[in-house]
Amino acid sequence: MQPPAALADPQALADPQALADALADTSYLADEGLATVAWLAHALQRPLLLEGEPGTGKTALAEAVASLLDVPLIRLQCYEGIEASQALYDWDFPRQILHLRAVEALGREQGGAAELEAELFDERFLQARPVLRALREAPCVLLVDEVDRADDEFEAFLLEVLSTWSVSIPELGTVRAAVAPYVVLTSNRTRELHDALKRRCLYHWIEHPGLKRELAIVRARLPEVDQALAAEIVGLVQRLRSDEDLVKPPGVAETLDWARALHALGTSRLDPEVAAATLGAAVKDRDDTERVRVALDRMLTR
Amino acid sequence: MTAAPSPAPVDGWDVGQTLAGFARACRAAGLPVTADRERTFLSACAATGLGERRAVYWAGRATLTASPADVEPYDRVFAGWFGGRPMHGVARQDTPRTSTVQASLEELPEGEGDAGPGELLRAAASAEEVLRHRDVAGLSPADRAALRRQFATLTPRPPTRPARRHTPSRTGAVDGRATVRAHLRNLGEPERIRYRRRAVRPRRVVLLVDVSGSMSAYADALLRLAHVMVQAAPRTTEVFTVGTRLTHVTRALRERDPDRALLAAGEVVPDWSGGTRLGQAVGVFLRRWGRRGMARGAVVVVLSDGWERQDPEQLGEQVRRLRSLAHRVVWVNPHRGKAGYLPVQAGIVACLPHVDDFVAGHSLAAFEEMLAVVDQHAAGSPPRG
Repeated sequence: MQPPAALADPQALADPQALADALADTSYLADEGLATVAWLAHALQRPLLLEGEPGTGKTALAEAVASLLDVPLIRLQCYEGIEASQALYDWDFPRQILHLRAVEALGREQGGAAELEAELFDERFLQARPVLRALREAPCVLLVDEVDRADDEFEAFLLEVLSTWSVSIPELGTVRAAVAPYVVLTSNRTRELHDALKRRCLYHWIEHPGLKRELAIVRARLPEVDQALAAEIVGLVQRLRSDEDLVKPPGVAETLDWARALHALGTSRLDPEVAAATLGAAVKDRDDTERVRVALDRMLTR
Repeated sequence: MTAAPSPAPVDGWDVGQTLAGFARACRAAGLPVTADRERTFLSACAATGLGERRAVYWAGRATLTASPADVEPYDRVFAGWFGGRPMHGVARQDTPRTSTVQASLEELPEGEGDAGPGELLRAAASAEEVLRHRDVAGLSPADRAALRRQFATLTPRPPTRPARRHTPSRTGAVDGRATVRAHLRNLGEPERIRYRRRAVRPRRVVLLVDVSGSMSAYADALLRLAHVMVQAAPRTTEVFTVGTRLTHVTRALRERDPDRALLAAGEVVPDWSGGTRLGQAVGVFLRRWGRRGMARGAVVVVLSDGWERQDPEQLGEQVRRLRSLAHRVVWVNPHRGKAGYLPVQAGIVACLPHVDDFVAGHSLAAFEEMLAVVDQHAAGSPPRG
């Protein structure tokens, strides 16, 4: 079998550093490890499996890559019980019936049952779902989100598609990607993934960013927010993550939300009252809220 | 697929050899390095450029590791193989790792073979029957060996939950779509009516097995029980051991042979027969696994005597959180089966309000009952103990 060709090689994909720079232009700040892995996924045409705490930017990477390559982002959200037909294609049953009725009403003479049936399984009744669309529309970025939520059988199916880049539809024939799509799988580790799937992919565990990087992210994403305020928020979130035993530590997305909320209120300094009032932007658990309130008093009123 | 270009030798040393050797060293350190992973690693190195130490580091990390727990041993091997300090100081403290483990299974002497006096002339059937009800903790080595074989007779049926999908069935609701499709296939001629009902899928079962000192007499039997349950539903059963820390042992228990599986589990568990920090361990489970979905809608079985060295309040709080995620929380306590047992220890008292079922777990017969409790998927649980 012919392996599909690689994505067109724009400047941004010359080497990991170039990719990191290009990602930074889309306001996604990748560290060296992530940039290297993301670049390798392109160079080796392997899917990229990203794991990490919620809010560390797994999904955002796929979006950033799609935007910098200027290709469509096709997203497949996995859930418990997802089936191949939800990922690949389905036949548009109502329209098939409508077609039958139309044929009937016209009282068409020529053509037998076989011909009619062939008509029913025509391209125009085919509803392409994300994976099939990705194979057809490549070059593109295919994001398989939260693959750990899907079942084992679905994983096996994905593995097959990801290693052959092709899918066969009994009524229509085989669809093969002309160019390997850039595939990003994300997982929250609710379940151990199949080893076979992991072997097929490049693996990267994303950590919460350090103080400097997170501050840089806030600055890049929200340039309108006051610099001193951004530094205060990031410092506080970093300490909440490391010191307080929170049920759900805030991710980068929460940091950004909080900064946005404070900015909207016209705040330029983080004091306990404002912080407590806007806490809901960053902390989404009642028990945590209590803890953080106490911690806020401790941290902000020294 | 992408071919693995073999890197050319540079300045007298063969790069390919060095890299392949590194991959093998990683395998020796317990990382999941298979031949195809090794190949991918070589192509990744060839792609990123070979001269760069950092590039090789990241290429290796992307291709040779498969979980956050792999990073620390990877860093160690990398530093050892290529010299210098590890690239990345991220030894994740909360990930138990297993280079040297003391986990001895001396609890279970190899009593098979030479028949000890205790094993002489016992009518096999009745002896088995007696054994079924004997407390596991008080068994002689020979009885233990006999009991071990009897574990094979346990037949767990995984609990189920309704699936999102429907399945064709003889009874149930009329499946309009399938019926019309069948009619269509006959070009509109009426055909028999199709029915469908809600399919069922296995519900996840999570076992938290206490292997601390106070449970040491039961730990072996409980892990065997866990092994039987993992074998019955390998993809929907997860097992953790709890002591001073939390260890994920499902992978070890997927090994089919029970003795080998237990040995493998013993190698992973670093805190065999240590203290208990039950509340903290449950908290770690919730944070790292449970809340992300492993406990959601699952039947969570805690196998412990509830001896808590630390704050019982905290334990109660964690079990409450667990209860709010899980479908049901079953607490299995070996002491429950003993005459005169009252749940009075602070740890147990704090947990009981948040537990759906409180059952015994000291003998094979009790295990059978416990399996029945876990299996039952009908709503409404038996009265709390």
